[in-house]
Amino acid sequence: MGRPCGAHDPGRQRDRDCTTIQADPQPGTAEPKRPRASGLAAPTPGTDARTPPRRPREIALNTSDATGSLLAEGDSFFHVPTIAEFFPDAILFEGTWFEFNRVQLVRLIILVVVLVGMSVIASRSKLVPGRIQSIVEILIEFVNTSIIANTLGLREGKRFAPMLVTMFFFIFAMNLGGVIPGLNLAGTSVIGMPLLLALWTFVTYLFFGIKKHGLGGYLKHETMPPGVPKPIYALLIPIELLQVVLIRWASLTIRLLANMVAGHIMMVVFIGMTQALLFSGSALIALAPFSGALAIGIYGFEIFVAALQAFIFTMLTAVYIQMATADEH
Amino acid sequence: MIQAEESVPGWRLLVPAPAEIIWTLIFLVIFALVFMRFILPRLNAVLDERSEKIEGGLKKAEEVQQQADQLKDTQEQELAAARQEAASIREKARADGARIVEEAKTRAETENERILAAGRQQLSAERTSAEAQLRGEVGTLASDLASKIVGESLSDDERSRRVIDRFLDDLDQAPTATR
Repeated sequence: MGRPCGAHDPGRQRDRDCTTIQADPQPGTAEPKRPRASGLAAPTPGTDARTPPRRPREIALNTSDATGSLLAEGDSFFHVPTIAEFFPDAILFEGTWFEFNRVQLVRLIILVVVLVGMSVIASRSKLVPGRIQSIVEILIEFVNTSIIANTLGLREGKRFAPMLVTMFFFIFAMNLGGVIPGLNLAGTSVIGMPLLLALWTFVTYLFFGIKKHGLGGYLKHETMPPGVPKPIYALLIPIELLQVVLIRWASLTIRLLANMVAGHIMMVVFIGMTQALLFSGSALIALAPFSGALAIGIYGFEIFVAALQAFIFTMLTAVYIQMATADEH
Repeated sequence: MIQAEESVPGWRLLVPAPAEIIWTLIFLVIFALVFMRFILPRLNAVLDERSEKIEGGLKKAEEVQQQADQLKDTQEQELAAARQEAASIREKARADGARIVEEAKTRAETENERILAAGRQQLSAERTSAEAQLRGEVGTLASDLASKIVGESLSDDERSRRVIDRFLDDLDQAPTATR
């Protein structure tokens, strides 16, 4: 099954991120508990089959709200999100190497919207910028000044500016997917994208480092900082080598991934909890505004995190490139 | 829910599936190509053009400012020269005026002198002519008087004294009139 929220009545709708809330309409009554992932829900209790039908695609796309399922099942008050949310069922090409699921769809939508939008802005760009062009230019200038000029310097930075600006826009756009209603999932919250981006960084700094210093020269440059007593090198060289070949790109990957996964889970928990409290039918309703305020706060925080993580990733990439291509100490 | 947790083990978060890598690679390559080949060059061209324009504008402004300064300098110099010239012209005019007045004065004096001299000459000429005329008239008068005295009766003392007085009066009057 692999579905976090269980299967549902196709006619009903459920919330987008499986933050389904199950509230018992009559908490006292001993309604028999139904396993959540056990097929069709309340309206047709008789069809409570052990083998759920394959879920229709529109539900896999998660375009729905939770009110239907609110009263549907009586087994839990509040659905706790799991990491299964990041591994939805396939939409197309199931079982092949091109399995296309909801995560890829979110990425594709972001990709198309950003590329088309940016192409329109770029092809209409004028000497005296309009509002949208100004915003894009401010972002580019931000990357140019606060990331590239601060680490690589203006002259050296020109070579890497296109890559770094692209990286920043790509990560930022993909991160924002997590806070856009309807998408509800950051493109970078599944391992493939952070990993490939980090490997891009890895290949870039390795390539330009070796191109500048030669293979031996580059390794010496990175692993043997001058001014260190000779015996210490025995300890330093393995550590630095490990850093260059593994730790840098792995930490880039995990930092971005973990931030996005944690952010998504947090938002799901708080928004789901708000709704669960609101429809609990008891005195807990009084807590709903506080939970809701917290959810809105976390939503804003996630927008900030989206920008921050894009900035950090790009910044570290620039720093690694700078370290690899710097002149001899 | 519990079943869902069972179905997705935690390691899947960190181990990408092949399809995940393939799709991400496709997306990343498309994005990077479009962005680096088309979007960024266009936007950068506009940014560069703008900064060039601004730089050119600033340079031009500087040039114009310099020209204005130069113009102002020359204008001031010209103004000073003009003032100096005006002053010298005034000075010269004043000197000329003084000279003209002086000349007029001397001319007037000589004229005065000339007129005076002419007047005196005329006076003396008239005087000589008057003297000559008087001399003739005095003779006639004397002879008239003598004839009158002789013709009158000598006994009448009163009358003779009157005649003599009148004559003397006439004599007195004659020189004062001619003088």
